[in-house]
Amino acid sequence: MAFRSEHLLGIEHLGQDEIVSLLDLADQYVDLNRRDVKHSEVLAGMTQINMFFENSTRTQASFELAGKRLGADVMSMSMQASSVKKGETLIDTALTLNAMHPDLLVVRHPHSGAADLLAQKVNCAVLNAGDGRHEHPTQALLDALTIRRAKGRLHRLSIAICGDIAHSRVARSNILLLGKMENRIRVIGPPTLLPSGIDEFGVEVFNDMREGLKDVDVVMMLRLQRERMDGGFIPSEREYYHRYGLDAEKLSYAKPDAIVMHPGPMNRGVEIDGTLADDINRSVIQEQVEMGVAVRMAAMELLVKARRARPREVLV
Amino acid sequence: MAVLFENAELIDPVRGSMTLGALFVGDGRIAERPDDISGVTRVDCGGKCLAPGLIDIGVKVCEPGERHKESFRTAGLAAAAGGVTTMVTRPDTLPAIDTPETLLFALQRGAEMSPVRIAPIGSLTKGRAGREMVEMGFMLDAGAVAFSDGDSVVQDTKVLGRAMAYAKSLDAVVIAHPQDQGLSAGAAVTSGKFASLRGLPAVSPMAERMGLERDLALVEMSGVRYHADQISTAAALPALKRAKAAGLSVTAGTSIHHLTLNELDVGDYRSFFKVKPPLRSEDDRMAMVEAVSEGVIDIISSMHTPQDEESKRLPFEEAASGAVALETLLPAAMRLFHAGNIDLPTLWQAMSLNPARLLGLEGGRLDLGAPADLVLFDPHAPFVLDRFALKSKSKNTPFDGQRMQGRVLQTFVGGEEVYRA
Repeated sequence: MAFRSEHLLGIEHLGQDEIVSLLDLADQYVDLNRRDVKHSEVLAGMTQINMFFENSTRTQASFELAGKRLGADVMSMSMQASSVKKGETLIDTALTLNAMHPDLLVVRHPHSGAADLLAQKVNCAVLNAGDGRHEHPTQALLDALTIRRAKGRLHRLSIAICGDIAHSRVARSNILLLGKMENRIRVIGPPTLLPSGIDEFGVEVFNDMREGLKDVDVVMMLRLQRERMDGGFIPSEREYYHRYGLDAEKLSYAKPDAIVMHPGPMNRGVEIDGTLADDINRSVIQEQVEMGVAVRMAAMELLVKARRARPREVLV
Repeated sequence: MAVLFENAELIDPVRGSMTLGALFVGDGRIAERPDDISGVTRVDCGGKCLAPGLIDIGVKVCEPGERHKESFRTAGLAAAAGGVTTMVTRPDTLPAIDTPETLLFALQRGAEMSPVRIAPIGSLTKGRAGREMVEMGFMLDAGAVAFSDGDSVVQDTKVLGRAMAYAKSLDAVVIAHPQDQGLSAGAAVTSGKFASLRGLPAVSPMAERMGLERDLALVEMSGVRYHADQISTAAALPALKRAKAAGLSVTAGTSIHHLTLNELDVGDYRSFFKVKPPLRSEDDRMAMVEAVSEGVIDIISSMHTPQDEESKRLPFEEAASGAVALETLLPAAMRLFHAGNIDLPTLWQAMSLNPARLLGLEGGRLDLGAPADLVLFDPHAPFVLDRFALKSKSKNTPFDGQRMQGRVLQTFVGGEEVYRA
């Protein structure tokens, strides 16, 4: 088995072989998930705890379903409503849960590096479900699986990532993953929404959508968060849509068979035209959601197995 | 008590020289060697280095207010173990040192508890809030050596301009933290590829230059003696050089961390490497090393900032800034010496003589009549730093587990031994 990582904290530390083996396993889970009986016993008897310090519906549901389909006992905690409000630190919360012997901790947190910090303190596998502006590895993996299935390969593709790159953990993880798999990556956005040092990431940078989308195979749109819309980063929602919103006209600059992706939730009429998002010939947005469950099942299985293969630490 | 230090490599920052020789100390001061040395204690230094004790500008002692992080006792012991014979203490305590009474409290606690000398900096504005100036005259009388709001930048230029003009009339030194707050607010690291990769809020190096340029314009207006506490970016150096060339009374410091570490040391969110201003690129670090060796930057300090485990064991953005460094200032500075970047006399100008000159202190020299504040050290002795062996109450050092070279053997204040390894 090519998967070695103890935790899935980001794409940064994954090898190309690890990515491929994870996607291969996920492919099998896609088949399982399409059957009437969607159940495996790979994680039977194991405990998975989802700690979400930030609101999330789809990611939390996806992780919960993935764990349940693998037979794990799954508990989801909305941490905003819990002891964090009472002043408990992230580490104390983690240590408390750790004492309950979970096998997998799924963490989403508003601060970059929170998942790394937890991983140092607990003795189970930590799965990063998004930390601040840092990484969202399962999103990048599910995007990769979607692309691989739609395009038949995951290398030497021209892929455009558009919109709010600066604040997006999805963009970071995708840039890292698609780069590791040897694709040509373009990032497109207004300069105020591009992170500093972006030109050192091995990507081509564009401020103009039509120029940037020219002849690409894949168009990945990013969500523009509400709080960025008014004045601070862009002049207005409508000017943003005019210049950076994806519609059929701008998409016509891409290859005729280019696919359109979005991590959701979408702002229709802000970053993407509603009709285009629903166009089953171009948009793979629903497939992305489907792949999400499969990728998370694969990630959890591999993490648990990699951990089991490791010699147990001797406690003296 | 009279002592004759023999067979010592004497580091003389005034002459910029190193010579093997002897140094005589009598009545707590460096003195002429008498012809008759019977009854004099003779110390064979074995060819190790004997230098003026370090004068460290910008030490946070955490008293009053946060004695669980550091006290005058523990800071003083750490200083002695690090060869620091004068701690120039920061006013960013709780409450701030912004009245003659709080300043006297700090001096008194220092005198009672610390084995090394204390020279306190007073706040520039009340509560470090940047609105009203403190009673500078009274505070000078009480013993303040300079005025500074620490890392809290006085944003209102009118307030800062007036405080500088008033300080000028008293010939007081104003120490400032040059930074444009508009750009730096909320930042945890320096902008660039690393910051973006880690997804951390970042500040452009340009913010330091903007802050410095603003301050220097006000210095030109007021003519005050001005010291920039930490210059850490190459972008700020041209302004500094221009001001010095124009004859303004301007000096600049940098921290030992900005000379020996860079932004990549943060690695996977290691909060012990979170300092203020944040660690910079390797290019900036090299530019700072060069600036010190050329004398563009005058002073190296520890920027000793104790933080307890709770303040650091948080996600990087939320973790407190600062690192303890009283004990690691000298060994870390030896890295610059061993790398062939800066020679020992120049290092001692930056860590001892120049701070003394800036603040009108007696130390920093091996001249006759100077106080016998001395450090005996072996610049080559290797060791691995264990943070729990530090004397500071807080153990937040970025050098934990690292190989260091350069050990303090003995420290003297006024001729009295305050530390022996």
